[in-house]
Amino acid sequence: MDFKLTEEHKMAQQMVRDFCAKEVIPTIADWDRKQEMDPAILPRMAELGIMGINLPVKYGGQGFDYITLGLVCEELEYADTTLRVVMSVHMGLCAMSILQWGTEEQKMRFLPKLASGEHYGSFGLTEPGAGSDVAGMASTAVKDGDDYILNGEKMWISLATKAHVCLIVARTDSTADKPTSGLTAFVVELDSEGITTGDLHGKLGVRAGSTGWIAMNDVRVPASHRLGEEGEGFKIAMGSLDNGRYTVGAGATGLIRASMDASVKYAHERETFGKPIGSYQLIKQKIGRMRRDYEMARLLCLRAGWMKNEGLRNTRETSQAKWFATDASFDAANEAVQVHGAYGFSDEYPVERFLRNSKGAVIYEGTSEIHTLMQADYELGYRKDKPLRCELPAFNAEEWQAEK
Amino acid sequence: MKIIVFVKQVPDSAASVAVEDGKVTWGDAPLVINPWDEYAVEAALALTEAHGGDVVAISMGSEDAKEALKHSLAMGCAEAILINDPAFAGADSAAAARILAAAAQKVGDADLVIFGKQAIDSDTGVSAAMTARVLGWPAITLVAAIDALDADAKTIQAQRAMEEGRQVVSSKLPAVLSIVKDYGEPRYPSFMGIRKASKAEIPMWSAADLGITAPEAVVSWPEIMSPPAREIANEIIEGGSPEEIAATLADKIMAEKVL
Amino acid sequence: MTNKVWVYVDQFKGEALPASWEAVTAGRDLADKMGTGLTAIVIGSGVEAIANTAIQYGADEVLLADDASLEDYRANPYTAVFAKAAADAAPDVVLFPTTSRGREVAAMAAIDLNTGVLVDVTAMETEGDAILATRPVYAGKLLCKVKCATRPQLVTLRVRSFGKPELDESRTGTTTAIDAVMAEDEIATKVLDYVDAGGGVSLSDANVIVSGGRGVSSNPAEAPADLSAEDQEIWKAHEGFRLIGELATVLGGAVGASRAAVDAKYIPYAHQVGQTGKVVSPDLYIASGISGAIQHLAGMRSSKVIVAINKDADAPIFKLARYGVVGDLYDIVPALTVALKERLGK
Repeated sequence: MDFKLTEEHKMAQQMVRDFCAKEVIPTIADWDRKQEMDPAILPRMAELGIMGINLPVKYGGQGFDYITLGLVCEELEYADTTLRVVMSVHMGLCAMSILQWGTEEQKMRFLPKLASGEHYGSFGLTEPGAGSDVAGMASTAVKDGDDYILNGEKMWISLATKAHVCLIVARTDSTADKPTSGLTAFVVELDSEGITTGDLHGKLGVRAGSTGWIAMNDVRVPASHRLGEEGEGFKIAMGSLDNGRYTVGAGATGLIRASMDASVKYAHERETFGKPIGSYQLIKQKIGRMRRDYEMARLLCLRAGWMKNEGLRNTRETSQAKWFATDASFDAANEAVQVHGAYGFSDEYPVERFLRNSKGAVIYEGTSEIHTLMQADYELGYRKDKPLRCELPAFNAEEWQAEK
Repeated sequence: MKIIVFVKQVPDSAASVAVEDGKVTWGDAPLVINPWDEYAVEAALALTEAHGGDVVAISMGSEDAKEALKHSLAMGCAEAILINDPAFAGADSAAAARILAAAAQKVGDADLVIFGKQAIDSDTGVSAAMTARVLGWPAITLVAAIDALDADAKTIQAQRAMEEGRQVVSSKLPAVLSIVKDYGEPRYPSFMGIRKASKAEIPMWSAADLGITAPEAVVSWPEIMSPPAREIANEIIEGGSPEEIAATLADKIMAEKVL
Repeated sequence: MTNKVWVYVDQFKGEALPASWEAVTAGRDLADKMGTGLTAIVIGSGVEAIANTAIQYGADEVLLADDASLEDYRANPYTAVFAKAAADAAPDVVLFPTTSRGREVAAMAAIDLNTGVLVDVTAMETEGDAILATRPVYAGKLLCKVKCATRPQLVTLRVRSFGKPELDESRTGTTTAIDAVMAEDEIATKVLDYVDAGGGVSLSDANVIVSGGRGVSSNPAEAPADLSAEDQEIWKAHEGFRLIGELATVLGGAVGASRAAVDAKYIPYAHQVGQTGKVVSPDLYIASGISGAIQHLAGMRSSKVIVAINKDADAPIFKLARYGVVGDLYDIVPALTVALKERLGK
């Protein structure tokens, strides 16, 4: 067993950490207050190669492994959750699904632009009436010659107004015996006719990010954009979540660290009754727990990343990592606000933003309740993962880093 | 063009540095490339991008210093070399300059040798000038901007940041430069550079490789200590309107007799 | 020549820097302690007046290299003059002001003279003709004692660390002319021009520094709506630095800034105080909207009187401040400018 990060891991981590420290952290509170995404941030992430970090070089990526993706997400969310959300949808849910399920032709067609960040990817599964209950999906796709015609509405879609392509799941067969088997996935270009998008405002957290809706009105999508087979949409969506959840868990780990660092700094600075508050046991308890949770979340995420590298099925382990890390990040942010006392309640300090940002991840990509049930079902033997037709490719340094 | 850039590994600038048992410690703060040297690497890379050629990064120090070199490789330097010999321990600035000059000569054919303004640990800021003197090359220190470089005619024009403003100078090459922050933000390492750097085998040069005997250090550091704690009576001025606070503060400042 | 203590007088366009006179004063003390005379060396073109002033500040003898080829400072011809004179006369100690030029001439001469240089020294003790110098390292987070085994001991003195120079117009001394060493065609560098030279008070020399940090952008005024978000922030900060500049002007001081303010492009790098900026020690340092990162504190902690104005009562800067005001710099700074203007009779 080897717990060491490689030199590559550490340098990539440091690079993203420096980028966040210089270009994100100084201004993020202002963008959060304005409820706008810094327009420079996505182009900058693209320019630096972050948007294609773990795609093979032959598809225009940087050729790093899945562990690096997790480390990058940790660093991004240390600065602000909105940046990690970008990686979750763009990479975890969209690009990695194409890497996993796409034909070679589809990979060559879509991945290079996603990897370079010329295009941003998003993921359209959730609908106004279908969240955890994916099978309740109302969007439809009807075959028409060489095309499909898509109709419906997707909701709570990150980057809805910024993305160029979206992995959209719609119902192709309303007569299927199981409601989940009638779903099909498509890579939809968002400049297609019949697509309208908009942003949602008034969110509790991730205010410096973009979350919105996508409405489809007779949108014509070529059959060559169908990802996987007809009826494989549910499996593809669930597989995507294995990757999306991994980025969410790794990001939440960064949020725990951010809460801990802010708390430690404040505990040293702030004095009450003539002593720094860090010297009081109840503050120590909070900080001690943050450290414990940080290490646990980090180890769970690293294990999930390692399994992806090895090409091992990791639905169960990724669920554990996401569930634990997001719950723990909510607790850590909540306690960080408490450590800061009244100042924690004000946006002069970052911890209230951490708390608002931490809540979303306990809900999306499987609520904590869903993960609780999943874990119980695995334990009770009610749930077993069957091999997929297409598994996420294992990381192979030589192959992934080979120049074209 | 061939450009040599000298880099150093130092404790992070955010480190709380202290002295324990006569030795400098910085807790668990990381060792990083000297922040000033990143500007030097940036300038070197920008020049080779504009005029062709390669950058060789060289550091002198223990094997730890490989980190600074890997950072330089990841930023885009073509080659990295570590000067490492127990005989060089305790070298003073002048001795270090003689060693670095020998390394520059061993690399050979360099058009420019570039340093950062100073290292944030020893804060001497004399390496560029001294190394230039050993090499017998002109020193153009504190460079804030490079206006022109003619690789064929072997000339450079640069702006030096002095106390009074900028001095615009031209010089023949080869020359030694030191770079200040006005030059422009250093780039981050690229992911491709990181992949390359993490696989790089960094050659080590000893005194024998350089063909020199270790130059004798004449400057010694008999003692290093924490600065005496300053007792500062903190007085918070409060109450009333900004004008009233300002009036009280102004009276206090006047009473200090520093104006 | 018998004077064992020398001082290198740094000048720009015929004006000696105040730090040069600090070095002359320190040199006078040292020469008296060591029972020897004090020689000042002045290099430039049209710098005779400086030679006389050097004597009035305490030099017994001045070596004056006055030559057209030395009009502008250039490292090699200046070093050549100094190193030749020092090699001929073999002083024990040469003091330089730690200016950009003084540091460089000392460094290069150390190579020529096969000796060492003690840089940016803040205090000196003597043991016979040996100097035990104290200098800050790690941007002043630590102090280090240093000495040099060979002669001459080249020592550069940190600006504003040795006593205020005093002029005695009755003092007399001798001036000896020395020659330039390099002919123009042997010099590889040419000075073409100066940009922004001569304006403002330099940070290291300033008696008073008023600094602004990231807090300067929390300007209550509305920025023009047609600017981008980043430019609006910069617009707001510029207004803040204008207020800071007014206070600095009233106090005859310079404007400083934290790294955060420089990185956010509120103000050029030349104003940055701290570990990767300038290390300063004015008599009065007013920090406004600066929370006090360790790198900033390292660059200004030795200031005599520190005043901090910050909205956040827990900002680390308050720990170093003799006087603190918890409040908005946009309220306090203009009011302080008015109050001090009145008291200074300006």
